[in-house]
Amino acid sequence: MTGILVYAEASGPEIHPISFELLGKARELAEKLGLEVWSVALGYGISDRAPELIYHGADKVYVYDDERLRDLNVVAYKNVLVELVKEIKPEIFLLGATPWGRSLAPRVAAALDTGLTADCIDLQVSEDGKLIQIRPAFTGNILAHIETVSKPVMATIRYRVMRKLPRDPSRKGEIIVCSVEKIDCDGIRCLGKVSERRINLADAEIVVAGGRGLKKKEDLRLLEELASVIGGVVGASRPLVEEGWISKDHQVGFSGNVVKPKLYVACGISGSPQHLAGMRDSNIIIAINIDPSAPIFRHADYGVVSDLYDFIPKLINYLKERAGKSVETKMM
Amino acid sequence: MKAERSLGIICAIYGDLPMSGQGFNIIVLIKQVPDIEKVRFDVETGRIDRSSAPGETNPFDLHALEAGLQIKERFGGFVTVISMGPRQAESSLKDALARGADRAILLTDARLAGADTIATAKALAAAIKKLGKFDLVLCGEKTVDGDTGQVGPEVAELLGIPHATYVCEIREITRDSIRVVSDMGDKYLYELKLPALLTVTRELNSPRLPTLKDLLRAKRMQVEIWTADHLSEIVPIDQLGFQGSKTRVVKVVIPSTEHRRGVILKGDDAVEKIGEIILREVLSG
Ligand SMILES: Cc1cc2nc3c(=O)[nH]c(=O)nc-3n(C[C@H](O)[C@H](O)[C@H](O)COP(=O)(O)OP(=O)(O)OC[C@H]3O[C@@H](n4cnc5c(N)ncnc54)[C@H](O)[C@@H]3O)c2cc1C
Ligand SMILES: Nc1ncnc2c1ncn2[C@@H]1O[C@H](COP(=O)(O)O)[C@@H](O)[C@H]1O
Repeated sequence: MTGILVYAEASGPEIHPISFELLGKARELAEKLGLEVWSVALGYGISDRAPELIYHGADKVYVYDDERLRDLNVVAYKNVLVELVKEIKPEIFLLGATPWGRSLAPRVAAALDTGLTADCIDLQVSEDGKLIQIRPAFTGNILAHIETVSKPVMATIRYRVMRKLPRDPSRKGEIIVCSVEKIDCDGIRCLGKVSERRINLADAEIVVAGGRGLKKKEDLRLLEELASVIGGVVGASRPLVEEGWISKDHQVGFSGNVVKPKLYVACGISGSPQHLAGMRDSNIIIAINIDPSAPIFRHADYGVVSDLYDFIPKLINYLKERAGKSVETKMM
Repeated sequence: MKAERSLGIICAIYGDLPMSGQGFNIIVLIKQVPDIEKVRFDVETGRIDRSSAPGETNPFDLHALEAGLQIKERFGGFVTVISMGPRQAESSLKDALARGADRAILLTDARLAGADTIATAKALAAAIKKLGKFDLVLCGEKTVDGDTGQVGPEVAELLGIPHATYVCEIREITRDSIRVVSDMGDKYLYELKLPALLTVTRELNSPRLPTLKDLLRAKRMQVEIWTADHLSEIVPIDQLGFQGSKTRVVKVVIPSTEHRRGVILKGDDAVEKIGEIILREVLSG
């Protein structure tokens, strides 16, 4: 029986949570298509993590645990994956649409001479049993349904759009320890990490984002305060990053982070297509903008037409009071 | 702040200096895209009316071009811009010439149309191979229409050269290697052997604007037009365009905003209402 291969991403000993989400989706597709779920993990010191992939849905796990794979080296990783795919011949090969996945997948696809669909937000099976890959294009303005006419069907999938299965330590599967004689990565050398991201916006459940409605850098404190009251993190539209008010890690949008929190509060953001591309799939969107015709209102669940300098301090006070009250009730 | 960044991109050079007059042979891949703010989408049919918006150079590609021009200016070299697209994409290539590119090639042919990323990459890689020796290929991080970011790494694979994506800093360049910072959330320093391919972010630099003098000069320069026949000695034509594509768009839908409640609040009780909604969301599991 052939299978759906899922790339288990790891840049250290930990497996990126997106890999478990992909396994969840692969499981669902596998039942429909009568396939097995396979996973492949590459890195150094990752062998211990392989059972986790089985607990989350894999039937077989191919592990390449090798010091020469310690760093994220796109040529080395590509060579190993291409060799494996040629040998085990999966029908479908899924990778996360993380920056690393988006760098690696096209290289593998070109080597295999197969089609690759980027940044999918859904995968469906058509009536005639084909895999339909759904992805945003035109800066998020459209959703394209795409079919692949070559094998394997390859796609990268966005973070936090697929659901992982509950961890089941009683699940059984096979771990295949693989080795490579020669790893050719002459042309590229990783000289180490120069900086770590300061915040992880993609994981945030609550985002309080500010835009050009803010008049000066110091005013970001207002949003920081709101965020801290409700346990959120601060996001920003691109102009604030360009001004140097806040680091790029905080940028939401087409050239920044794609977020999918349960609550997104947009303060003084107009709602350009490039900004919407990064937050339109948030669960609840609240927009605060002084201009009633701002496009953001068309994409919001709740819009407040108001000056943020007036509204946000009042909102913070209200929330603090209410929080105080609920603490009191709890104590009684 | 921007100016500082753009001057600072190449901080050092070590090892053998490129020979003067020879310098680096740089290829920049640029695509003409519709102005995304103006393009209209038909919600009913899912059609994209490209004629509704004027074409412009993909914004990310201007940063790739700027990087190429800066390297050329510092160390000598030659910048060739290549684009695949309809005839009107010539205007983007003219603009690149005005900004300082030395040579411009437009791949345009009905047999190249309808290409997915793999078929696009094959045409671009074939054009690069046909040009002969090169040191560096520069691309944008992604296009605003295709929005895949795949073409760059695919071209690198087809050329058999290393690549780095999301390059936000070029630290050093020598005759045979380049050191770049790749922004993958965490930032990594990579050293690549030349020839290599980079896809660049908007943080790398601030693109220059052509002056009137530049525009006049560029007016006299020619954009070379290549058809599929120019590439056929390198890649079979059936590998290109729609015919060579491995993916098919079966349907296009416009995401609806209908599922949003669209409640608009004004006045004093807005604070309380929004406060309650926030608390409900925050406290929900
Ligand atoms: C290739 C490309 C990629 C891009 N990528 C991104 C990206 O990733 N993320 C991104 O955000 N942008 C991106 N942009 C930029 C984007 O096009 C917009 O310019 C940007 O999103 C606008 O930011 P803004 O909404 O903060 O500013 P504006 O559009 O200027 O909006 C400010 C809003 O604040 C409101 N306002 C003003 N004063 C107040 C007040 N006192 N109280 C309440 N409201 C007030 C105004 O009514 C207005 O609606 C990109 C652009 C390009 C070309
Ligand atoms: N038709 C094209 N002509 C020239 N360069 C292209 C073309 N399509 C893509 N590119 C290059 O590849 C990058 C990524 O494009 P994409 O994969 O479409 O997001 C762009 O920023 C360009 O540098």
